[in-house]
Amino acid sequence: MDRREFLKRAACISGAAMIGRREAFAKEANGHSEGYGILVDTTFCIGCRRCEWACNEWNKNPNKRIKDFEDKKVFETVRRTHAATFTVVNRFNPDGDNMPVYVKKQCMHCDNPACLSACFVDAFRKTEKGAVLYNPDVCVGCRYCMVACPFDIPAYEYNEPFTPKVTKCTFCFDRISEEGKVPACVEICPTETLIFGRREDLLTLAHERIRNNPRRYINHVYGEHEVGGTSWMYLSSVPFEKIGLRTDLGRKPIPDMSKGFLFMTKVFEVIAAWPLVFAAFYALSKIKDRYHKPGTLTKGKKTDENTIKS
Amino acid sequence: MSFREYIRSNFTISNALAAIILAVAIPVMFYRLVYGLGPSTNLTDANPWGIWIGVDILCGIVLAAGGLVMGTMYYLLGMKQYHRFIRPAILTSLLGYVFAVIALMFDLGRYYRLPYPMVVSFGMSSIMFLIAWHFALYIVALFVEWSPALFEWLNLRKLREFFSKLAVWATVFGVIIAGGHQSALGALYLVAPGKLHPLWYSELLPVFFLVSAIIAGLSIVIVESMLTHKVFKKQVEHFDHTEFDTLTINLGKGASAGLVVYFALKMFGLAHSDKWDLLNTGYGYLFMFEMLVFVLLPAFLFAYGVRYKNVGITRWTAVITVIGIVINRINTSLIAFNWNAPERYYPLWTEVAITVGVITMGVLTFRWIVNRMAILYDHPDYESMH
Repeated sequence: MDRREFLKRAACISGAAMIGRREAFAKEANGHSEGYGILVDTTFCIGCRRCEWACNEWNKNPNKRIKDFEDKKVFETVRRTHAATFTVVNRFNPDGDNMPVYVKKQCMHCDNPACLSACFVDAFRKTEKGAVLYNPDVCVGCRYCMVACPFDIPAYEYNEPFTPKVTKCTFCFDRISEEGKVPACVEICPTETLIFGRREDLLTLAHERIRNNPRRYINHVYGEHEVGGTSWMYLSSVPFEKIGLRTDLGRKPIPDMSKGFLFMTKVFEVIAAWPLVFAAFYALSKIKDRYHKPGTLTKGKKTDENTIKS
Repeated sequence: MSFREYIRSNFTISNALAAIILAVAIPVMFYRLVYGLGPSTNLTDANPWGIWIGVDILCGIVLAAGGLVMGTMYYLLGMKQYHRFIRPAILTSLLGYVFAVIALMFDLGRYYRLPYPMVVSFGMSSIMFLIAWHFALYIVALFVEWSPALFEWLNLRKLREFFSKLAVWATVFGVIIAGGHQSALGALYLVAPGKLHPLWYSELLPVFFLVSAIIAGLSIVIVESMLTHKVFKKQVEHFDHTEFDTLTINLGKGASAGLVVYFALKMFGLAHSDKWDLLNTGYGYLFMFEMLVFVLLPAFLFAYGVRYKNVGITRWTAVITVIGIVINRINTSLIAFNWNAPERYYPLWTEVAITVGVITMGVLTFRWIVNRMAILYDHPDYESMH
């Protein structure tokens, strides 16, 4: 094999490896199209917060009586998820105080989760059913997932001194794994706000609703494309940025932001290694010259001066 | 010197200051480890990272780039005239990394799982994973680079010779991975485009961090030599100080060029994303302050120092540059981060105490080693490798 042939083959191999990788990514991204999702139709939500109660109940989080959740005072501030609170309902008044919009907040269960790609011990996984799950057994507690999450969902048990965990909605994975069972929040919802089903079917339903009621909804299914698509999706009568859902996140999955860097670093480290290795050989040979031939010590020094000048 | 005299010789103002700091910091460290992050920090679900990441890790590591820069210049580019700088630079880097990891232990929720990314579970798609491995490997590389001084002190001639040769390989390895993780620290924030202010967020973040690390490496070597030559005056009295000053000015030349490149890259980043209008906001003024006072000004001052062979200006400009890079890291990780969030972070006094305590421990370790080993001078019993 001559040099040209070798280069050709090397190029083929690396090229194939790169294409192979790309295909693998594509598969990964679409691999969960069979998964479940939830459509949150905010136009139906009455802010009863029973979903919060049911969530606490099922996940064994500290809970209050269901009646206490009718207290409207909590709506005075916009809340977020916390260690023992996997979901919250917030109230927004985009069109004046008479037309409140209630919006449930919880993990969006991204198709390409930022938390998953951020975690350095691979504690997160995206299941085929759509749920993004966290494994506390390997978590070191660096909280990079919380930095990476574009929806500010993961919370931390800061007051747990020795075994703190990241906490977030599990999509009631234990429930949806059983045939015919739906997440606790969906089961208790007294209105038609929360609809559980295959994500594909929900998308069709969402677009159908928009088409049939163009005056009721804005033409946007939140979560269809946001950061590469999420399992939970929202319908709204007002622009999403007015009800606490960021519309500046773009369609690019968050993991793609760092994928290129990781690839470049690996390539650079492998390529840059070679000239540096030769430099080291060179440096070592000069040390050898001086140490193993004691008679040539002065000569060694001379070479030194030459290097300085050049 | 008898034991009594030794004890008495340690009653100095700097030791008293260190003792006071540690008397506060060490109990706080135990408090953090026993009672957890909740009571000992201001960290919240909205602000998961505080000064232990922003200052201890980001600033600590970038200011430990001296070993990378001097190692490259001395071993790989053959600039043997810098041999007086190499050992202090490598020792500072080694201690910088070791104490950054010690500080990190306080930040990790489950600090006892620190080796997990190396042995238990691998998050291959994570920037943090790359950083964890690079830190671990680089600390080993720096230890090898520094170890000849240790073996001279212990008078182990064979080991010293073996590790002196290994040191060249460790440097090569170190150069590769140090560049990798200096840029990776910037890449950490690539995943947060919605949280970091657009003036600081850029696809070039890893490049910014790498270039500023090289500048920081050059500047910190100047600052450190300025300080050590004052503190350890006796150890350097036989030096050729004129030569030393010339070399310092030449380091300033490199830093000046680096700063110009850095400034140009920053402007390219700004132009590429067309964010000029943001300059006329509060954050814009902060950005311009950082760019003009801590990048452009030192670039010119370093150049002035070179032109007029003024070592005093060069040294003070290095101080400005170091401060500027610290400000840049704090801006990126704390001030411009979560800029649009309703809930802002400021450190609790206990967080500051631990940070100051860890830095103090690092300085004391540095002094302990420099007082005993041949760091600033060549060991008289050993032929220099240069």
